[in-house]
Amino acid sequence: MSKVNKIKSSKGEQTFDVLNIVLMIVVCFVTLYPIWYTVVLSFNDGTDALKGGIFWFPREFTLDNYKAVFRNRGIITAYTITIARTFIGTFINVFFTAMVAYAFSKKDLIGRKYYIALGTFTMFFGGGLIPLFLLLKSLQLLDTFMVYIIPTMFNFFNLLIFMSFFSTIPASLEESAKMDGANDLVVFLRIVLPLSKPVLATIALFTGVWHWNDYFFGVVYINKSSLQPIQTYLYKIVAEAGSSRMAISNPVGVSKSNVTSNSIKYATMVVTTLPIVLVYPFLQKYFVKGVMLGAVKG
Amino acid sequence: MKGRFLVRFKKEKYLQMMALLGMLWIFIFNYIPMYGIIIAFKDYSIIKSISEVPWVGFKWFLEVFTDDNFLPVMRNTLGISLFKLGLGFPLPIVFAILLNELRGKHFKRFVQTISYLPHFLSWVILGGILIAWLADTGLFNELLGLANTEHEPLNYMAKPQYFWSIAVLSEIWKELGWNAIIYLAAISGIDAQMYEAATVDGANRMQKIWFITLPSITGTISILFVLAVAGLLTTNFEQILVLKNSLNAPMAEVIDTYVYRMGIQAARFSYATAAGLFKSVIALILLLSANKITKRLTGHGLY
Repeated sequence: MSKVNKIKSSKGEQTFDVLNIVLMIVVCFVTLYPIWYTVVLSFNDGTDALKGGIFWFPREFTLDNYKAVFRNRGIITAYTITIARTFIGTFINVFFTAMVAYAFSKKDLIGRKYYIALGTFTMFFGGGLIPLFLLLKSLQLLDTFMVYIIPTMFNFFNLLIFMSFFSTIPASLEESAKMDGANDLVVFLRIVLPLSKPVLATIALFTGVWHWNDYFFGVVYINKSSLQPIQTYLYKIVAEAGSSRMAISNPVGVSKSNVTSNSIKYATMVVTTLPIVLVYPFLQKYFVKGVMLGAVKG
Repeated sequence: MKGRFLVRFKKEKYLQMMALLGMLWIFIFNYIPMYGIIIAFKDYSIIKSISEVPWVGFKWFLEVFTDDNFLPVMRNTLGISLFKLGLGFPLPIVFAILLNELRGKHFKRFVQTISYLPHFLSWVILGGILIAWLADTGLFNELLGLANTEHEPLNYMAKPQYFWSIAVLSEIWKELGWNAIIYLAAISGIDAQMYEAATVDGANRMQKIWFITLPSITGTISILFVLAVAGLLTTNFEQILVLKNSLNAPMAEVIDTYVYRMGIQAARFSYATAAGLFKSVIALILLLSANKITKRLTGHGLY
């Protein structure tokens, strides 16, 4: 009797395993296909693509879409802004947040309890969009490059992750440096930061991805088109296409008419996403740990 | 006593300097905007400072609640959020459990790697793909046309009735794998001996999932549920802003985009702040009550 049962259940389990694998393959396909399709269309002749029927590979392969992208002044400027804000913004954010976190991680810091309480409260309640907008306006940060950097240079959630890491550094290392006459700032710069490379890299990657992907700041706080990042530039093209009743693609002001606004959009999307895909293996290495730390603390 | 305090303070002056720089930032960029909320109770105008303008009590709140535009905004916000909670909350749990049941280690890692990827793409990119696919000349209509030759091409982004589904499904597409990570981590922490003991007792796969895996991760589920409920009025601003357009706006306008449109585009600062404050207060109340209820039911809470 029990033998029959065993065979029966193992057969059921086999079916389960097969169905599970099929389901997972479907999930992977559904995840990857839109990205693949975008790449395919970015390499396909724009006018030809209007006829439809392209599913797996480019039908009329061309590099013209990319040439048009790299010849477009607006795109190049926006891309430069994105690179600048990502590197500067990430560096300042990580350095500043780590520095404050180091001070907060010292158990005998006067006022520590109040500092942390005041910071924690900001994770649950905030002034909202309009008061922040008015503040940035009165600080004269609107329509300046610095609006990408200063209001984003600190992150309390990341501070908590830094704090839990710093508390694992053996105190003896810091003490011996202090015996040699180093002050806390020097200890932080010379001893603590070099020991914290893994956590610095994790936070930097996440902050960098945020900066790279953010289009909201460029929409809300920036009017000058010369200051908008690539994501905001794309947002404006995309939003325009969505509101037009017929998404018929008109040739853009490029000499070659086989480049359409759609094909140039696909090429821009690929160029915008490529850096994220390139850092993705590194991100993946770190993020499970990052999420875990966040979960423990948050 | 006071002297000792000063001595201590002086000893850690560099640390205090570092900490106070952070507190200065928090004060300026978190607490000054909180103070700025009072313009919701004042007749704010951009040419005067906040302290100069007169108090008007709850005038703006009354105006928000009696505004004909606000009711649809509330409906859309709650509709999209509840839809996301109902479908988007359980799916990552199911996905994590199914992933965990995969036998091949490499295949499991492969699926994980693929499923996290969309989380790192921006909403502009995803919105761009979606809008192109759902347009009348887009891939979706093309496929429907292949399946049914009488299919009339339709721009789905221009039809309000499809907006909620598009918003919910696209968010699931983007975040399914990412939201499963935390459950996977919780599952990997379960003691393997429990499964072995269950096997000895003759439990099958389903029974093990139901009686071991799920009960072991209820703590994680509860905490994430509290956070999800607290976020009911916070729709995904970056997502909605990309997908919304003038044609689907009747079903797409949510509190966040409404505040943005009224406050920053139409410069009705006091009115928009009142609408935004209403949202923040409800969110705080939701957080506290969801935490209390979940704690009573499952013994797990945020704090």
